Amino acid sequence: MLVPFIALIVINLIPKGKGAGWAFSLALLVFLAQVAAVFMLFFNVGVPAFGQLASLLAFRLFLTKTSLVLLLSVGLVGLTALSAGRALIKKADQQLNFISLLLISLTGINGIALTTDLFSLYVFIEVVALASFILIALFKERDAFEGVFKYLVMSIVASVLMLSAISFFLLAANGTSLSAIKLAVNTPGSFVPQAALGLFVCGLLIKGGLIPFHGWLPDAYMTAPAPVSVFLAGIVTKASGIFTLIKLLGAVGLNPQLSQVLLVVGALSTVAGALAALGQKDMKRMLAYSSISQMGYIIMSLAAGTALGLAGALFHFFNHAVFKTQLFVNAAAVEEQTGTRDMDKLGGLAQRMPVTGTTSVVAALSTAGLPPLAGFWSKLLIILALWGTAHYFYAVVALLSSVLTLAYFLSMQRRVFFGQLAAGLENVREGALGLVLPAILLTSITIGVGLVFPFILGMFIK
Amino acid sequence: MTILIILLTAMVLAAFWSVMTSLFLRATIALALTSVILTVIMFRLGAPLAAVFELSVCAGLISVIFISVISLTQNLPINEQLTRRQNRFTRFRYLPLLLIAAAAGLYFVRVPLNLNLLGPETVADVRSVMWDLRRFDLFGQILVLLAGAFGVIILFKGRGKDGG
Repeated sequence: MLVPFIALIVINLIPKGKGAGWAFSLALLVFLAQVAAVFMLFFNVGVPAFGQLASLLAFRLFLTKTSLVLLLSVGLVGLTALSAGRALIKKADQQLNFISLLLISLTGINGIALTTDLFSLYVFIEVVALASFILIALFKERDAFEGVFKYLVMSIVASVLMLSAISFFLLAANGTSLSAIKLAVNTPGSFVPQAALGLFVCGLLIKGGLIPFHGWLPDAYMTAPAPVSVFLAGIVTKASGIFTLIKLLGAVGLNPQLSQVLLVVGALSTVAGALAALGQKDMKRMLAYSSISQMGYIIMSLAAGTALGLAGALFHFFNHAVFKTQLFVNAAAVEEQTGTRDMDKLGGLAQRMPVTGTTSVVAALSTAGLPPLAGFWSKLLIILALWGTAHYFYAVVALLSSVLTLAYFLSMQRRVFFGQLAAGLENVREGALGLVLPAILLTSITIGVGLVFPFILGMFIK
Repeated sequence: MTILIILLTAMVLAAFWSVMTSLFLRATIALALTSVILTVIMFRLGAPLAAVFELSVCAGLISVIFISVISLTQNLPINEQLTRRQNRFTRFRYLPLLLIAAAAGLYFVRVPLNLNLLGPETVADVRSVMWDLRRFDLFGQILVLLAGAFGVIILFKGRGKDGG
């Protein structure tokens, strides 16, 4: 947490003339360090000075395997967004602001991963939200302001719900630590803590953009500058809404009523998100609806309430961060080269952009759950978790929605990358290196994770 | 107790005025009034520090920010102002239905009247709360301030040049 914070200060102390290049290099190091630190912690290699720093600051932070999933995801997505920003943001001052806000978001997301207190969780969710609002409006475009306004309004509603829940917990649970809340919620006849838990979950569903709280999400994703969309879709909404939900319910437990509500919201999001994605012309808007649909899977898996369900939710969380980030990078490359995201005006781009086309196919197939890619295994876990807890209807919904996912992605691939090259696109070339390299890295992860799945399963279930 | 009920009623009315009025300036004044009444309630309930924060930040600073923003905006044409003023109640047409549904929901959920609340953990010294218990949140608040500062720089720097 402190490393990105210190980097943020250093970046803003660099003289403006030579700022952007240095800032990029330093931020790149920070994100690489984050990924490396996750692997060191996973394999129990000591991180130098970690213990001393923690004792100096007296932050009561707790690192679990669940937190590692978020820390790794944000490291990878942040690297990609940074690289995309370097390639696509031309003005030095905008690049500096982008990198600074990215580091603030990284610090906030690390806070979400490490805290075990509900109020601290709320504070860091707000840090990430505030940085996201400004990131979306980075270029001060009218559409972006409209998108961010919707996001802001819905976010305030979520904040009101979460703050109300926290005040109820203060009254009824004698504190906001997850352990105190667990005790209060599981006490027989505890109406207030359970109602507060329901309110907080509603707030998180809004932050996560689940149906019926999704109104802001497609506009925010679509109107944000391309590198911001990558970060927003890849990790921000998932960290604020979905991961916090996984963390909260993983710690507090799940009662049958809440489980039923989450199953309904998850199934609705999965199906309606996929159906809405089918009808889109704009590539980023389609990916936004696809995100809603995939987050529905995570919620359904979580609602199964078993270790397998939690493992499926976490694994799909990670996979979705990887393949959705990649698809947004691909969309950015297409927009950079062709100047449009309208799929009806595109076609045959795989001839001109072979890396973007191939990586996009892999990500789409992984999202649809085709073996042996990573997405197949996480969807398999989700369906098994639902079937194992006798939620047969929802298991079938998850299975059939994969067909819908395949349908809208095949439609996208056909309209954008295959067939005849569309008129006026003869001079299109492969996207910038800053977009192609992350796409190759993320594709390798999607294929690699799919191939070493048994080891990964052990990690998630432990 | 009677004074508290009167204050709470006044606070709800002020909040209602803030939402219903069609003029931004009046809404800001009504919001400040809501905060002032809340400040009095907090004082009466024995939370002077929270009351001071409410008065200085919510009633003071935020009102100043709102008024500054209002001074940067242009008025709508008179015709549009009149139309909006006439139609301002239409957006609340479903509110009674929503209230009835909420009341019915609460009735069927059978909210227990004896909630047996523990009350928040009381720590005498606010410095101890801020520094010993909520130090991690202070770090989050520093980040919020930094993000806000970047927001101001990004959104307002070069405003004249953009013509916005």
